[in-house]
Amino acid sequence: MDNQPVAEGKKYTGWRLFWHSVVARSYPRVIGQQRDTSWMLFDVIMPLGSVIAYVMVYRALKAPDQYVGFVVMGGAMTAFWMNVLWSMSSQLYWEKEQGNLALYIMAPNSMMSILLGMALGGMVATLLRAVVITLLGSLLFGVQYVVASPFELFGVFAISMVALYGMGMMFASAFLLFGREAWAISDMVTEPVNLVSGLYFPIKSLPFWIAAAASIIPLTLGLDAMRQLAFASGFKIGFLTPRVEILILVALSVFFLVGAKLLLDYTEKLAIREGRLTEARR
Amino acid sequence: MPPYAIETKDLGRVYKIRGIKKEKAIRRELVALADVNLRIEQGELFGLLGPNGAGKTTLIKILTTLLAPTSGMARVAGFDVTKSAQLIRPRINMVSGGESSGYGLLTVRENLWMFSQFYGVPSKEAYDRIDGLLARLGIYDRRHTKSSDLSTGLRQKMNIVRGFMTDPQVLFLDEPTLGLDVGASREVRGLIREWLDENRSRTLLLTTHYMVEADELCNRVAIINEGRVLACDTPSMLKQRLQMDVLFEIDTTPLNGLSPEKLETQPGVRKATCHEVDGGATLNLVLKEEAALAGVINTLTAAGVNIMKLSKHEPTLEDVFVELVGHSMADVERSNVNG
Repeated sequence: MDNQPVAEGKKYTGWRLFWHSVVARSYPRVIGQQRDTSWMLFDVIMPLGSVIAYVMVYRALKAPDQYVGFVVMGGAMTAFWMNVLWSMSSQLYWEKEQGNLALYIMAPNSMMSILLGMALGGMVATLLRAVVITLLGSLLFGVQYVVASPFELFGVFAISMVALYGMGMMFASAFLLFGREAWAISDMVTEPVNLVSGLYFPIKSLPFWIAAAASIIPLTLGLDAMRQLAFASGFKIGFLTPRVEILILVALSVFFLVGAKLLLDYTEKLAIREGRLTEARR
Repeated sequence: MPPYAIETKDLGRVYKIRGIKKEKAIRRELVALADVNLRIEQGELFGLLGPNGAGKTTLIKILTTLLAPTSGMARVAGFDVTKSAQLIRPRINMVSGGESSGYGLLTVRENLWMFSQFYGVPSKEAYDRIDGLLARLGIYDRRHTKSSDLSTGLRQKMNIVRGFMTDPQVLFLDEPTLGLDVGASREVRGLIREWLDENRSRTLLLTTHYMVEADELCNRVAIINEGRVLACDTPSMLKQRLQMDVLFEIDTTPLNGLSPEKLETQPGVRKATCHEVDGGATLNLVLKEEAALAGVINTLTAAGVNIMKLSKHEPTLEDVFVELVGHSMADVERSNVNG
């Protein structure tokens, strides 16, 4: 019995199994967006309302025009933060409630591929929302972008996404472990994070140590670097130089991804030892 | 060494349950499995028969690497469940009755494809297998229906396809026909038999509390109650235990306080169980000899109980269960529910 092959027919193993699992788990999120278009109202029109409100405030205060661009970019990036905080983080918890978690643990693929699939699906689905918010906001308020290095701008965006969704993957295991307590913490930190991460203003306006502490949220530095790279006078309001911010974001990506892997392994071990994480409402 | 697909030795699982009593945290232990010793050979269709709460699902969870045992050892496909889970997982699959896995926004085919990818089945092969199995279970025409739009029975058929499509060496079916109508249950039983006959290296462990299902399908059956295996043999050998006895079923008017225990004091009565039905009761008797029936009838008559119908029958697995446990499976389930 020990020497028997896994099954008849060819089956992917190793990295190919990992990648196929990532794609498969991202599929429901991506395809779900096409089948349920209510996101157009809740995830585009509503956030655009906040963007409009901030633009009005800045215009009433006669703030420099670049602030309108900052707000539009912040509005677009908020979509990713909300997706990580409220969807990605609670995903494993809901998978448990639905009965999928046991099937994921029992399958031969790595649980990291499942988490990465959730992250990739969430990212792709949210990217479309962010693009729509950016386009509508830019057209509505005539935002002028001056991009000297599109490659660098894309690089900052990409590494910000890796760090942000790495954080979401870590949160997903934490939410599964701590359940509703984690929810309460999320709820509690939402507004303070919105304030200190500079979604609608440059974080340079904040005291240095508050801005430095807020940099643990990848969105803070990512947004700051992107503003510096996308607007003519962006460098004047930058917290750190884009190069330094990229380096910190790379370090945060490694920290969050390794943290996600360790926490996930711990959660899986706990699930198997105590038998309570694979059952709904036990 | 014999090629056991599943082997357990002194397997046990104890749950620690935390509760609160009078503002004080308390811990108590629940023995879900105790000293389970099983050897299931490759190619076997093995049944675990027992009431809800008997420990069947706990045993399946241990064998599918979802739960660690607290004592003893278990091997699946030759590998230890605690030390080599990663080697077991590509070789097994499991379907539970009444599960709601998958995503409602995806169609039946999409959901099944997604799960096939977690086992590394190439997409084309996965779609071929999925279509074939859907056709076999009569739901091919629903392959493009969103799973949220499926009835409970159709959803369970989709789950069953999910188990078979990865072609596991050992398949675990935990109450697979739960929620299925008679026709659908028959189709599933047919698929199970066909799947095993196709390739004798496949093994299937089925848990059920439907006696007829276990009797009809399984090569061997283990009867389990309160976490312990009480008997393990072929259905015919299990029933042969009662072959020396005579079994009667008697429908009566209300028993007027007469208890089955009182009937068991009659000479020649080995076991008496009773369940009340509308306006009366049904008595199941295991007698050492047919002549003992006269004493029972006299006792019933003396208590003012009228006999509506009396029939003699061949032993079933239900009778074996009653013989081993002392109560019918329905009675055990009722007492489990009432705590």
